[in-house]
Amino acid sequence: MKIHPRKNVRSDLNPSRLLTFRIDERVVSAHEDESILSVARQNGISIPTLCHLDGLSERGACRLCIVEVKGVARLLPSCVTFPRQDMEIITASERVVSYRKKILELLFTERNHVCAVCVSNGHCELQNLAVELGISHVRYPYLYPRLAVDASHSRFSVDHNRCVLCLRCVRVCDEIEGAHTWDIMGRGITSRVITDLNQPWGSSETCTGCGKCVQVCPTGALSEKGKSVAEMIKRRQFLPYLQMMRGRQDESWPK
Amino acid sequence: MNIEDLHQIARIEKSKQEGFQHQIHVCVAAGCLSCGSGQLKEALEKEIARRGLDTWCRVKGVGCLGLCTAGPLLSLETAGIFYQGVKVSDVSDILEALGGAPVERLICPVNSAFFRRQVRIVLENCGRIDPERIEEYMAESGYGGLALAVSQMSPTEVIEEVSRSGLRGRGGAGFPTGLKWTSVAKASGLTKFVICNADEGDPGAFMDRSVLESDPHRVIEGMAIAGYATGASQGYIYVRAEYPLAVKRVRLALFQAERMGVLGNNIFNTSFSFNIKVRLGAGAFVCGEETALIASIEGRMGRPRPRPPFPAEFGLWEHPTLINNVETFANVPPLIRKGGRWFAGLGTEKSKGTKVFALAGKIMNTGLIEVPMGTSLRDIVFDIGGGIPRGKEFKAVQTGGPSGGCIPGQFLDMPVDYDSLAKVGSIMGSGGMIVMDESSCMVDVARFFMEFCMSESCGKCAPCRVGTRQIYDILCRITGNLSGPDDLAMLEDLCDLMKSTSLCGLGQSAPNPVLTTLRYFRDDYLSHIHDKRCLAGACKAAREVA
Amino acid sequence: MAKITLATIWLDSCSGCHMSFLDIDEFLIDLAGQVEILFSPLVDTKSFPDHVDVSLVEGAVGSESDREKVLTIRDRSGILVSFGDCAVTANVPGMRNRYPVADVLARAYAENACPAAAISRDTLFFQEVPALCPQARPVHEFVPVDIFLTGCPPPPEAILYLFSELLAGRRPNMNGRTRFGA
Repeated sequence: MKIHPRKNVRSDLNPSRLLTFRIDERVVSAHEDESILSVARQNGISIPTLCHLDGLSERGACRLCIVEVKGVARLLPSCVTFPRQDMEIITASERVVSYRKKILELLFTERNHVCAVCVSNGHCELQNLAVELGISHVRYPYLYPRLAVDASHSRFSVDHNRCVLCLRCVRVCDEIEGAHTWDIMGRGITSRVITDLNQPWGSSETCTGCGKCVQVCPTGALSEKGKSVAEMIKRRQFLPYLQMMRGRQDESWPK
Repeated sequence: MNIEDLHQIARIEKSKQEGFQHQIHVCVAAGCLSCGSGQLKEALEKEIARRGLDTWCRVKGVGCLGLCTAGPLLSLETAGIFYQGVKVSDVSDILEALGGAPVERLICPVNSAFFRRQVRIVLENCGRIDPERIEEYMAESGYGGLALAVSQMSPTEVIEEVSRSGLRGRGGAGFPTGLKWTSVAKASGLTKFVICNADEGDPGAFMDRSVLESDPHRVIEGMAIAGYATGASQGYIYVRAEYPLAVKRVRLALFQAERMGVLGNNIFNTSFSFNIKVRLGAGAFVCGEETALIASIEGRMGRPRPRPPFPAEFGLWEHPTLINNVETFANVPPLIRKGGRWFAGLGTEKSKGTKVFALAGKIMNTGLIEVPMGTSLRDIVFDIGGGIPRGKEFKAVQTGGPSGGCIPGQFLDMPVDYDSLAKVGSIMGSGGMIVMDESSCMVDVARFFMEFCMSESCGKCAPCRVGTRQIYDILCRITGNLSGPDDLAMLEDLCDLMKSTSLCGLGQSAPNPVLTTLRYFRDDYLSHIHDKRCLAGACKAAREVA
Repeated sequence: MAKITLATIWLDSCSGCHMSFLDIDEFLIDLAGQVEILFSPLVDTKSFPDHVDVSLVEGAVGSESDREKVLTIRDRSGILVSFGDCAVTANVPGMRNRYPVADVLARAYAENACPAAAISRDTLFFQEVPALCPQARPVHEFVPVDIFLTGCPPPPEAILYLFSELLAGRRPNMNGRTRFGA
């Protein structure tokens, strides 16, 4: 018997198919176009992420949200992996957790994350992830790169020492604000976020000064001026709302 | 252009060539050009004109003759004589010897293993035709495969033929070509693309460059056949800008093919239309990764994205896209002309056909070779390659570039095919083979490749961006005799992390050179770590301490 | 019950972790009955004892002298605790790691000093104090560390918990009780 899955299905009723699968032994239900990450979160299963942010396009780059899928040898990033019927997902196996810790430790070695003097101390996603994953120390040697701070903008500053290259700022500026002031230059370990064509932020002609980049930044890399240690609290509730109002839920451009 | 025209052009070209009693082929691929074959060709032409021999003797620039180490190379097609290391001062001697006894001092033995043991499919025209003249390609049944495909076969039949041949992708991973073509053919969408990946970036590899420089039409024909089979009407050749000669010849070939009507609208009077554009890479190794390559063609930053979706359904400008390597496309025309069964008769059970390798490093015969899949490493290195110079001991052969591994002497009798190479921790890769002798320190070799990966990592995913740097630092410490007791464990730990969690192939395979050298040449590491001494005597810091 | 012997030391740091230790307030009195401090900035001992049960090492390893001390401490201690962020991550002392030592000293003692006290850059070298290493680095890069107590400084509650577990003969799990920069 031949099965035509999409025939005789009213497209107005079922724009995407529904399916059931398992996350950590729990049976969950989802649309076929919802990521495993989002289904897990709907069901109260937490998966650590850094580059993902609700309301922005997915990058699949921080690799913290990797999960194991039964029958698949490779670990898959849950933010860009979609469920299939009867798939079995394990979100926190010993192997996965140990890799997540190592990746986070590498991120700590990459730049100069000195929590004690950081504006975001206590409100930092990187710091919170370290707590969540139980990182007591970093096993790899710190790289201590020499990086700049750009405080030329009248209201905000960027400290590259605290950047984790999640590129939320680049995405929010491009996708939500529509200014595309932020971008990235260089490659590999020398990559760095830049404003315009690597000009001082303060002299940017494209920056609208909206501050969305600051609010979405997971660490203290982007902050408001005048905030002292531990005073920078990010507010990013505006994001899903703005995205919904602008009808960009279908953003599928892979970044 | 119809098929009769094609045959007509071929006939005219053949008879024109037969009119010459002697044809002197001068290699004008990048290797020989760099040691003066351009001036040599000019001098020959001038001398022939001066002596009035031009009615029966002709000089022709051809693609790579293979034995790059002995360049500039020159071959006398009719007499079957090869001259090596030819200088402008040898010109009159060569011309005087035409038809008589050859010039002894210049002779390159053609019956040596280097020439005898090769089986040439991809390179069959290399060194025989002038890559800048489409007529010569046509005289060698060029575009016959395309004519056959579009006029007598359905797209499905073409794909069936490719599947039957067992051809696997020559870019490195060895994905079955027929399967890839099927996926793109089945993908829904009116607009589809065919991309030729000529972003050859492995250190020491020059197969794709040589094919594009020596026989560009064959790649174009292969792409057109792929376009017909998959339903694409637009192709792109993504070639690195560091290959100016290849770019020039491909552009010329495209111009000629369009003028002749073998590209463009209604090819061979059918409804099939196909055009090709050239796109230049800006020097990023990661753009050899298909999703990064697509991003680069689209004008975005050359960074990979997670797959799935695969380019076969979601590729260039979101349309289904077929991406194959230069050598894969170059295999297609003869495969269609002679049939998949013929192709499947060559090679091993799971790796069919031949493979082009670029031999480099500590080996006598540096150059370009093509051998049937399954030829042993020993035959390639010692027979065809002529062994190690200066009586040194063989130590390892590195295949697959920065994504491959170092294979030690104990595996010399292993047949070279996709699966055997994978079994020992390496990969086929695009075909670079770097031979190392006893004077190479394998830690230093691993460090070299990791430095390459570190500077070529795009920086998108954390494990590769920071992992390559940390591994590189450890390898520097080891070669510099500054390593601590935990460094070896940390090295293995980081390699495992990168392999399992990196986003794209670059990061996932970057640890391979380290892992294989750790597996097969652990003593090189241990000597550096414990005795603070370089076993091979290659590392500078080590010598100073000792 | 026999008292456990304790040593504490500060290396390249601000001594804030020791202050936090004192902030456990009245529990210090309880602790005094169960712990014998053999070596510490808080007591007057000149040389490190031959053996202690527990050593708290505050601060990064920033000079050759720090390195020697930390090797001795590891040698003579049962349990070595990296005490606070400077010991665990090099933290604030590590912020100089991006610059050459000479530049750091010049900035501190020549350029930023008040004119009267300023020394010219050329005569900037100190013989009386141990020379700085090119970089200040975490303790565990030099010797194996048993327990990591993060925080700048670690909260008194975390320090108290550490001791109550050690006294009970258990290996404390610091997870969730403190964090980097706490």
